[in-house]
Amino acid sequence: MPNRTGLILRHEFVHTIKKKGFVILTLAVPLIILLGIGIFRLASSVVSPSAAVTRIGYVDHIGGFEPLYELAGIELIRVESEELATEELTEGALDEYFVIPADYVAAGTVARYTLAKELVPPPAVSSAIEGFLDSNLLASEVPPELIGRVLTPTSIVTTTLTAEGTVAEDQGGFTNFIIPTLFGALLAIALNVSANYVLQSLGEEKENRLMEILLSTVTPSQLLTGKLLGRGAAGLLQVLVWAASIPLLLQLASAAIGGAVRAIQLTPGLLVLGVVYFILGYLLFAVVALGIAAVCSTVREAQGIAPLFTLAAVAPFWFISLLMFFPDSPIWVVFSIFPFTAPVTMMLRLGITGVPTWQMVASMAVLVASVLGGLWIAAKLLRIYLLMYGKRPRLREIVHALRAA
Amino acid sequence: MPAVEVIDVVKAFKEKVAVDGLSFSVDKGEIFGLIGPNGAGKTTTLRMMMDIIQPDTGQVRIFGEIPSQATKGRLGYLPEERGLYKNLTVIETISYLASLKGMHVQAIESEADALLEHTGMLPSKRKKIEELSKGMSQIIQLIVTIVHDPELVILDEPFAGLDPVNTERVKQLLLELRERGKAVILSTHQMNQVEAVCDRILMVNEGRAVLYGALDEIRTAHRGHAVLVESDAEVPLVAGVVERRTHKDHVELTLDAASTPQRTLAALVRAGVPIERFAVSTPSLHEIFLQTVGGDRDAE
Repeated sequence: MPNRTGLILRHEFVHTIKKKGFVILTLAVPLIILLGIGIFRLASSVVSPSAAVTRIGYVDHIGGFEPLYELAGIELIRVESEELATEELTEGALDEYFVIPADYVAAGTVARYTLAKELVPPPAVSSAIEGFLDSNLLASEVPPELIGRVLTPTSIVTTTLTAEGTVAEDQGGFTNFIIPTLFGALLAIALNVSANYVLQSLGEEKENRLMEILLSTVTPSQLLTGKLLGRGAAGLLQVLVWAASIPLLLQLASAAIGGAVRAIQLTPGLLVLGVVYFILGYLLFAVVALGIAAVCSTVREAQGIAPLFTLAAVAPFWFISLLMFFPDSPIWVVFSIFPFTAPVTMMLRLGITGVPTWQMVASMAVLVASVLGGLWIAAKLLRIYLLMYGKRPRLREIVHALRAA
Repeated sequence: MPAVEVIDVVKAFKEKVAVDGLSFSVDKGEIFGLIGPNGAGKTTTLRMMMDIIQPDTGQVRIFGEIPSQATKGRLGYLPEERGLYKNLTVIETISYLASLKGMHVQAIESEADALLEHTGMLPSKRKKIEELSKGMSQIIQLIVTIVHDPELVILDEPFAGLDPVNTERVKQLLLELRERGKAVILSTHQMNQVEAVCDRILMVNEGRAVLYGALDEIRTAHRGHAVLVESDAEVPLVAGVVERRTHKDHVELTLDAASTPQRTLAALVRAGVPIERFAVSTPSLHEIFLQTVGGDRDAE
């Protein structure tokens, strides 16, 4: 007796990984990130800091304003009048100029003139003018060393401690947000793509009238299990390729970009949880896809309904700013327990805040229960609708058929 | 032991009784025709044999056993609603479906090659299914059905959409299967094909058997008391003839109860009619079908 589930699994796996779309998508994600790193390096080498100095004139109607410190790339030049400044600007002796009115201290407004058409003043220019004005106003009031502190923004360095008072291994912060976000996005893509493969597989067999040929050889449960595992294995392979490419990409990004990227780490715990949530999430979305494909006559029809469910996988991204600023909001507990949003939500939360163990256990338990329940319903739908073609049944008819089965 | 025994089987879908107390058997080494109008219960009966659906009451036995996964490997089934993987090649398709039937990899290629050669399809072995014509695809479907050398072959409308050349190929394959001792069940609406290849038939209507037995016996039983005469001259109403009906190339004479075909032939010869052909009138299966299930119903 052949292992028919194994044969179907192998067929589905091989058939999926040989598809052009699968190969392109699997390679595209790391390649796009590589391309991004390459473009950054190229741009960095091409757009190196300009050696030219921006000459900014100023007309001082208060009197006593002088450059108090050197500014890299900017030279501030006193000009006696607006007319003279305009003349020098049009002749190219100045790049731009600004006027300090007599009521500047009360009004707080300076007028800036330039030949360039721009949306907002360049940040370097704004910063230079503000620094020039602030330092002159403070010069007679506070010691010079205080002027520097006032003009330079404060840097807050946070250290997370453990309950025992030692420095925690996981320090949180923005760098820890990047990997889970990336991983969550890849998980959402993989869940959608894998569920779509299952939908296509069953839908095509139904559309191409292969179902009865297959059911004359295998049982519906063998067919269902083989498809779930075969297509799931292909999806898992895709996720693992992406996960395996992350350390290499991080290394390249670190060398190219440096800074915060150097601090990013892919922890084994996150990787393991990522795989667990992929498997549970995939099984859930796949059984939903099987149920949809079972009641629809064509792949196109099934693909029109599937997004109602698979969009839930990406729903947590719509609230990502809420997660950044209010990570303890109750909505995240709901999203973590609700099975369709749980996989991606947990990936995102794990990177930003610690997730209580009970929530992790609850989300996995609900996912497992949903998969088993979904499988039971999908198997029933398969038996009822697999050999039916033509008009798709209405929801009420499906519920009635499920009750009667 | 018969290849198939269907014993008083009933199957209903909600209020609709699709099969209503059907009983018949099919032996090895025969081609059995299952015929009937639309919705007669033929496909439901075949699906119960294949264990795709189960009877409400009654029994189906395949080689003496209740249909199960074990019996499926001994069967070849070509359903009416059929297709193939469009993106796979011919040999990939045959290999996958044959492996599900339990064939070993080494055996699949040699058997597939032999059947492809036999049906003239060997040049298409590496072609994708989507590149084949409809007729060629149907030949591949038939090959998929029989490549694992099943003992019982069930074919639902195997001639649908085939051109005369491919129809003849399929007929030859069926006759060869019978010669090799296989049991073949043929469900079709093409009565001429049933007459050409079937040994026995079961005609079903509204889920019940209306005719069952050897094709020759059924035709004999439905034979009217009439003769066919083909002649260049006019055929007269000789003694014992009560009605004369003229057809395109022959005349049909209906005899009275006391007459026999032999007496009528003698009377025609005596009357000097030059006879080119004389035969006892036997109704075609199509005519029997229409008579039995009602002339107002079209065959599927």
